[in-house]
Amino acid sequence: MARFTRHWPLLATAVVLIALYATAAIAYPGFGSWFQFTRFFSDNATLGLAAIGMTFVILSGGIDLSVGAVIALSSMVLAVLMSRLDLSMWSAAPMVLVLGAAFGAFMGGIIQVFRLPPFLVTLAGMFLARGAALLLSDAKRIDMKDIESVRSLSERHIAGFSLAAMVLVAAVVIAAAVLRFTRFGRTVYAIGSDESAARLMGLPVARARVGAYSISGLCAAAGGVVHLIGMQAGDASAAFLLELDAIAAVVIGGTLLAGGRGSVIGTLLGVLILGLITTIPNYQGDLNTWWIKIVIGLLLLAFVLLQRAAQRWTEC
Amino acid sequence: MPDSMSRLVWPLAALALLLAFNAVVSPSFFHLHFAEGRLASPLIDVLNQGAPVLLLALGMTLVIAAGGIDLSVGAVMAIAGAVAARVLETDASAAAAVAAALAVCLAAGLWNGLLITFAGVPPIVATLILMVAGRGIAQLITDGQIITVEPGSAFLAIGRGALLGLPAPVLIALAAAGALSAAVRLTSLGLFIESVGGNEEASRHAGLDVRSTRLAAYAIMGLLAGLAGLVDAADIAAADANNSGLYLELDAILAVVIGGTALTGGRFSLLGSLAGAILIQSLSTTILMAQFGGRSVPVELNLVIKAAVVLIVCLLQSSELRRLLLRTRRAVA
Amino acid sequence: MAHALVEMRGIVKTYPGVRALDAVDFTLRTSEIHALVGENGAGKSTLIRILTGAERRDRGTISLDGAMIEPRTPLAAQRLGIATVYQEVNLIPDLSVAENILLGYEPRSRLGWIGWGAMRERARKVIADMALSVDVSRPLRSCSIAVRQLIAVARAVDQRAKVLVLDEPTSSLDAGETAQLFALMRRLRARGLGIIFITHFLEQVYEVSDRVTILRGGRCAGTHATGELPRLALVSAMLGKTVERAAPPAAVKSPGVAGPRRECLRAADVFRRRAMQPFRLSLYTGEVLGLAGLLGSGRTELARLLFGLDRRDGGQIRINGRLIRRHSPRRAIRAGMAFTPEDRRTAGLIAHLSVRDNIVLALLAARGWAKRLGKQERQAIAERFVRSLSIATPDLRRPVAQLSGGNQQKVILARWLLMEPTILLLDEPTRGIDIGAKEQIESLIDELRARGMAIIFISGELEEVVRVSGRIMVLRDRAVVGELAGAAVSTADVMRRIARPAAEDGHA
Repeated sequence: MARFTRHWPLLATAVVLIALYATAAIAYPGFGSWFQFTRFFSDNATLGLAAIGMTFVILSGGIDLSVGAVIALSSMVLAVLMSRLDLSMWSAAPMVLVLGAAFGAFMGGIIQVFRLPPFLVTLAGMFLARGAALLLSDAKRIDMKDIESVRSLSERHIAGFSLAAMVLVAAVVIAAAVLRFTRFGRTVYAIGSDESAARLMGLPVARARVGAYSISGLCAAAGGVVHLIGMQAGDASAAFLLELDAIAAVVIGGTLLAGGRGSVIGTLLGVLILGLITTIPNYQGDLNTWWIKIVIGLLLLAFVLLQRAAQRWTEC
Repeated sequence: MPDSMSRLVWPLAALALLLAFNAVVSPSFFHLHFAEGRLASPLIDVLNQGAPVLLLALGMTLVIAAGGIDLSVGAVMAIAGAVAARVLETDASAAAAVAAALAVCLAAGLWNGLLITFAGVPPIVATLILMVAGRGIAQLITDGQIITVEPGSAFLAIGRGALLGLPAPVLIALAAAGALSAAVRLTSLGLFIESVGGNEEASRHAGLDVRSTRLAAYAIMGLLAGLAGLVDAADIAAADANNSGLYLELDAILAVVIGGTALTGGRFSLLGSLAGAILIQSLSTTILMAQFGGRSVPVELNLVIKAAVVLIVCLLQSSELRRLLLRTRRAVA
Repeated sequence: MAHALVEMRGIVKTYPGVRALDAVDFTLRTSEIHALVGENGAGKSTLIRILTGAERRDRGTISLDGAMIEPRTPLAAQRLGIATVYQEVNLIPDLSVAENILLGYEPRSRLGWIGWGAMRERARKVIADMALSVDVSRPLRSCSIAVRQLIAVARAVDQRAKVLVLDEPTSSLDAGETAQLFALMRRLRARGLGIIFITHFLEQVYEVSDRVTILRGGRCAGTHATGELPRLALVSAMLGKTVERAAPPAAVKSPGVAGPRRECLRAADVFRRRAMQPFRLSLYTGEVLGLAGLLGSGRTELARLLFGLDRRDGGQIRINGRLIRRHSPRRAIRAGMAFTPEDRRTAGLIAHLSVRDNIVLALLAARGWAKRLGKQERQAIAERFVRSLSIATPDLRRPVAQLSGGNQQKVILARWLLMEPTILLLDEPTRGIDIGAKEQIESLIDELRARGMAIIFISGELEEVVRVSGRIMVLRDRAVVGELAGAAVSTADVMRRIARPAAEDGHA
């Protein structure tokens, strides 16, 4: 019983996902195909990576509005490094990842040291990253089709899974392991649940907070790399307002926005639900795209109200 | 009084500095002249283009002062434009279109408020729901099209008309500011909002109806977001569900924070938010007009400067920074 | 053989304007449960905060096992072996029981990965060792407050704490849970731990402690073997009075009351789980009913139930004859009740609002937002009360936070007096304010009573309750245990009633 109440938000998300998938697979020919299945992972890899990072930040009791802009900035930096400075993917991509992590750590550091609201600090980070992405080059979009390594990477598939999909799955596994099996991961939960208690228990509070934002930056940068490979271009206006979808995926995945409770697996399920909902109109021509937003809103509402009800249930 | 004045010093000083900068760099900024029967000047343009943010910032001030936040206002703007354009298509009067749009937006504000006060959903989450779904609703209303308003419609006066030489959006924003500050002063509403946001527990002890007070703030926010959406739609003579009000919730929150109202709730200053909103808008206009050594400055610099402004304002309000500075000063001494 | 485990000598701590601790000595031995008692402002929490590293002392020495120690943070104190379990448990609700016991010291592999199997195993052992039975993989959130406290104790013990400080652990526990905690405390005592037990419940001092130290006004008022200290002596020591030399009988109250006396408030079998036992209460116009009892005896809880701040779990309340069904402060105010809370800053004042706005707040709240009151009217009302209560403020627009404690209290009084309530609940209206303001408030209370107002007066200071009240209800351990009336009632009578063992209640 205790086990059930603990995992029910994750179960609810899984049930919604399976029900949606089964219904769509029966209703639309081709929806249930292996090809389409792998596409869900490829198409949502950037969102998924950002959402994984967002999960760390939200679990720690914060929020990160900068992820969309960091994705755009990373894709632009990578494009500039490769096309202008002729660096290879293998030397440029790690630099971009380090840059993303450093950007996140910078915001986390400001939040931790000056006790400022994460909402405002990451909003400033969003403006800064988006502005930098747009200022980086006169061309707001740098085409990378001619670069051999990008093209070959974008065409590489294993069992139907693209590189992006594999990066996403690997990131989920690593993130889940870090959250479950490291003291850092448990401290992220602890500060989202009760920061002063965590401090009294002698847990590394400051390191965990800065680390959470740093991972969010790292994941967003990885999302930028994946985006560049997928689109074969660096794009300064990429991932516009993607942070909203990332937050929605995290909440639908059963993570409490107040922090302390949730999982990366749930976030992956949330991302796949969003992916399903956005794909259905491709199969049903008369369904307009705006229904996507309305349905996501309704799902958010349902999950938030369910969480509230569960909170009252377990805490009375 | 000296206390409330001191909080206004920063935003007003920053605004004055920016305007002075403009006077030097581009003297035409303050150049007033008549064109097409109304005053024209970059300064008036700032107010004109900034009217939607100004309207949003007014409502956001009350919401934040009452201890909340509203992320959905941009989406609500889009809904307002969509509703008005749809109603106008049926040959109804401009007044009917405005009334219908405002009624829908009032309902949107009440929805947010009810979710927060009665369902107990945290404000960020509750308004995030409408932020996501609201734009979909607006697109649903417009069928995903950009609905243009017929050129002759009286509705366009909201965005393009002028009175006494002043553009209508400016007049509407100023009238809303005047009406709202009169409303919070002449009724007890302003006091109730400051009480509830400042100390909810003590407000309950004093017999205040905490829930209705919060609800009222969100209702007013909905109305003002609707008004902002109408101004925006009338300005471009179309309902653009995709882009109307996009990002503006963030600008509005910024304007309020710059204006000296703390995100934690309590004391508020409508005048400060007004100054904050004008500051944000003049930043963009300044960068548009500024030239250094004959080269124009890239527009995107606006975003970077905005980021700097947010950080500086935050740090100025941070008591932690003050503590650190004090400590170093003591260590030096 | 028991030896001194902690020795605190000549501890002095001064806050601006207050000497919180004045050369206090305190000794904790191994294998003992040492109760620490005292009223508000006695210095208990300051002493504990100094021992546990949350606060630095100005002077004095602390030694642990004979070695001088200098704990600078709670964490440092924990590492020395001094662990504290607070009333609101400082653990992580969203993590499992096992993690809450072991996090920070958890078993890890060579690569630094947490070994969950080993961690659960060790947690299970710790739990079993303490004769508890809890599923260690449950999230702490799903455990009751009592179990959380036991787990906090388990964490401390597993980290080889030698000294365990329990800060009011039993205030939200029921009898069964308290017994479980006591059993655990006795088991730990047998293992040689020294336990400091802070409580407001007299019964519990006698039930579980070996020795008791009484603090009063920042000084040590004695350390005794609990069994050799009569209850009455304990109560006298806490309150600083001896029964033989108790204060003179209550001052003669002006007998004149406007109009005939009628019952304006009646509570029948009102109770709230874990907060207040069922009680009955009748209040008449023109009287002051005092609530006397030690800190934590349920005085405030009773008042909060009457004012509708906490939901009652049963019983009926009638205000001015009207049965109040869905109780709330708004309804209580509409029915003619007013309440000045114990904690002025968190529950009374809106700190950033002006003196004037704080005064008129309840009136405006009652009128609703649309029925405005002109600036001049508000000013006039505020001025009237500033004058009649002689509130010292340079001007009415000053933020109320800048006023002194006594003037702040008068601002809250003004807020309610202008509502002309029939029933006034005053919770510690004179705490922390200077003598002059205190006298003014006391004489104001008598004046209001003479005009026919019904007043419930709560104070931790017994003389004051006796002096001000015509009738006194005595509370102990969250229950009403007696009522005393008449001009001859003395502080000694009240103390005797508080000190009487629970077994003798019922045959008054």
